[in-house]
Amino acid sequence: MKFRSLFTASAVAASLLLSLATSRADDGKVKMGFIYVGPKDDYGYNQAHAEGCAAVRALPWVEATEEASVPETTAVQETMQDMIEQDGATVLFPTSFGYFNPYILKLATQYPKVQFFHCGGMWHEGLPNNVGSYFGYIDEAEYICGIVAAETSKSKKIGFIAAKPIPQVLRNINSYTLGAQSVVPNATVQVVFTGDWSLPVKEAEAANSLVDQGCDVLTCHVDSPKVIMITAAKRGVMCTGYHANQSALNPKGYLTGAEWNWSKIYSDYANWIRAGKSLQAGTIPHLVRGGLKDGFCKLSDYGPMVSDKTKADADAAKAKFMAGTMVIYKGPIKDNTGATVVPAGTEEAQQDINLEKMNYLVAGVIGKPN
Amino acid sequence: MIEDEDAAAIIPQGFATNLGNGALPALEATDGAGASRESRRWLAMVESVVIPIGALVVSLALFGIFCALAGANPFSVYHSIYRAAFGNWYSFQNTLIRAAPIMLCALCTALPMQLGLVMIGNEGAFVMGGLGAVLVGTTWTSASHMEALIAMAVAGMILGGLWIMSIGSMRLHRGVNEVIAGLLMNYIAIAILNHLVNGPMHDPSSLNKPSSFPIPDANSLGSIPGTRVQFGLVYGIVACIASWFLIKHTTFGLKARIVGGNIRAARLAGLPVGSITLIICFLGGAMAGLGGMAEVAAVQGCASASLAAGYGYAGILVAFVSRQNGLGILFVSILLGGMLASGGMLQRENHLSDAIVIVFQGIVFLTILFSESLYGRFKIFQEKTA
Repeated sequence: MKFRSLFTASAVAASLLLSLATSRADDGKVKMGFIYVGPKDDYGYNQAHAEGCAAVRALPWVEATEEASVPETTAVQETMQDMIEQDGATVLFPTSFGYFNPYILKLATQYPKVQFFHCGGMWHEGLPNNVGSYFGYIDEAEYICGIVAAETSKSKKIGFIAAKPIPQVLRNINSYTLGAQSVVPNATVQVVFTGDWSLPVKEAEAANSLVDQGCDVLTCHVDSPKVIMITAAKRGVMCTGYHANQSALNPKGYLTGAEWNWSKIYSDYANWIRAGKSLQAGTIPHLVRGGLKDGFCKLSDYGPMVSDKTKADADAAKAKFMAGTMVIYKGPIKDNTGATVVPAGTEEAQQDINLEKMNYLVAGVIGKPN
Repeated sequence: MIEDEDAAAIIPQGFATNLGNGALPALEATDGAGASRESRRWLAMVESVVIPIGALVVSLALFGIFCALAGANPFSVYHSIYRAAFGNWYSFQNTLIRAAPIMLCALCTALPMQLGLVMIGNEGAFVMGGLGAVLVGTTWTSASHMEALIAMAVAGMILGGLWIMSIGSMRLHRGVNEVIAGLLMNYIAIAILNHLVNGPMHDPSSLNKPSSFPIPDANSLGSIPGTRVQFGLVYGIVACIASWFLIKHTTFGLKARIVGGNIRAARLAGLPVGSITLIICFLGGAMAGLGGMAEVAAVQGCASASLAAGYGYAGILVAFVSRQNGLGILFVSILLGGMLASGGMLQRENHLSDAIVIVFQGIVFLTILFSESLYGRFKIFQEKTA
């Protein structure tokens, strides 16, 4: 057989390598594992986390392993277990929302010494003590993007492509719209829900359709904004980004964007753990949340089409967020069916539990929340 | 293909007996012819083992070249694959965990294939099975553990079975192409799933990931004792062996293969083509539905969009690669499970891209499918005609 020699060679090599099987020595490093649901270069959700991982990996006392495109099935449980058993990871960041229940919860009870930090704010009292949640109020950055978009838009019509009408997404759309209306009261935001987190074909169709209907700024809340940003560039319209910086995809029309700043958050966690803090001892809080002020999110640099006046308006709003004096959901606010959702005189600050249950779209949004 | 050869060898006899006694002498083979038939069978069996293994070796070599081009040492890649998928019990469990749902889904394509139907509605049947199980598991709360499990399994099998049977029936009665119907029915099933978990079955506490109410922990199917492999693997193994037996060693299986071999001849021979088609489609769908039941009862604990994780589509691939043979499905599922299990190690140890697993699968399965064209081409496997 002609494959015989090759087969022998590989068998010999395999057995040689088997004998070299290594066991990792404990070298005092903080060993972290990062898991993403999609590719690391998606210009979106996963890239934002991978950039955070790259930042902590650069620290000499951190050893970080990562795995991308891990589906929200038993696959992630296996990946986590491999990172613990084979790589010796003691801190895990499984970043996708659907990893939490049941996969993280199951493994957390099995490995009480390992700390699991999940992106999404789902931890509550009664769940395993070694599980923590972190999430950011990125709608603050969306509010500012809304200001920039509305002032720069000529048609005052903005197109928003969103995955699912869940509270987190509705909140981004609403904050964006309220930001836009704070400077251009008659600005409208037209929403298209695609139904899932990553449907590039539908997203491109929605983008084209919104442009055809007169929208001259596009933005989105999907896992990878890439195709939407490229479509905006092709159609010669403007866009604001989400998750990560997409200015390279539409260099002319990219206005600004709401970006995660996981580098800061992951470095904070790494420092806490190096200092001997832990969830189990109660020295790391189980819920870590924050907005612009706390460094959870940031804005992309302004693009070439943003005027100085707009920059000044946006910076003024940002300054209020940084000072902690800005409240986005300040009554009276009506939804787009005319019902009052935040009564006059009521202020719902970012940590308000009502905002977590959001099920409406504010007036000025064209679309239905279900 | 051997199966077909077997069927072809048997079909004329079937007709012969139907047509009259004149053909009986043909069944009384002389001793010499019997031995020759034995040796032919044996050679065919060897051929059917050697060719896929050869294809596997070739595909590993091709994949090695690819890895070398991607900047990784092919031999350390092979080592990683072996270590991550089959190296020890810990990693082999990882392989089995991934293989479990695929086995049952593969039967959903393999069984109707016996009739010549290309059934790809696996994902839909899997989802419907999961939904059925959740419906029963969350509403019948007074049931005992065993009652609940049986009821969930039956509900999953019935819903999955009816789902595929409806596709078979459209083909049978209205001539609707089953490939297109199956594909579209997948979309419908996923849409029903999304509608139910966002609407009537929605658990209000699942805000940002719409899900159904959870199946009570007491009714969980859980893992095979002493392992971390979900119990669905047992279902899968039993179902694969039972399907193999049904198709190869029962008169019903023979009838199904005759329908697949030549439907007009089967009708002429008086076989009930309609009911055979519907039963086989139901069985196929029931297997995928059972897979969905195991996924919600043993793993996910509730229904959500995550139920449509692509196991159904993986099942189509496995069914074709294993040549629709129940025992073949067992092995090919484990092979695919191993490939999926090795993906992590390839990323973490060999620093290859996350897409490498897809490349690996593509190379292996294309090579195996290509190797089908080699059957009968090697003289060594042919009976010597003296």
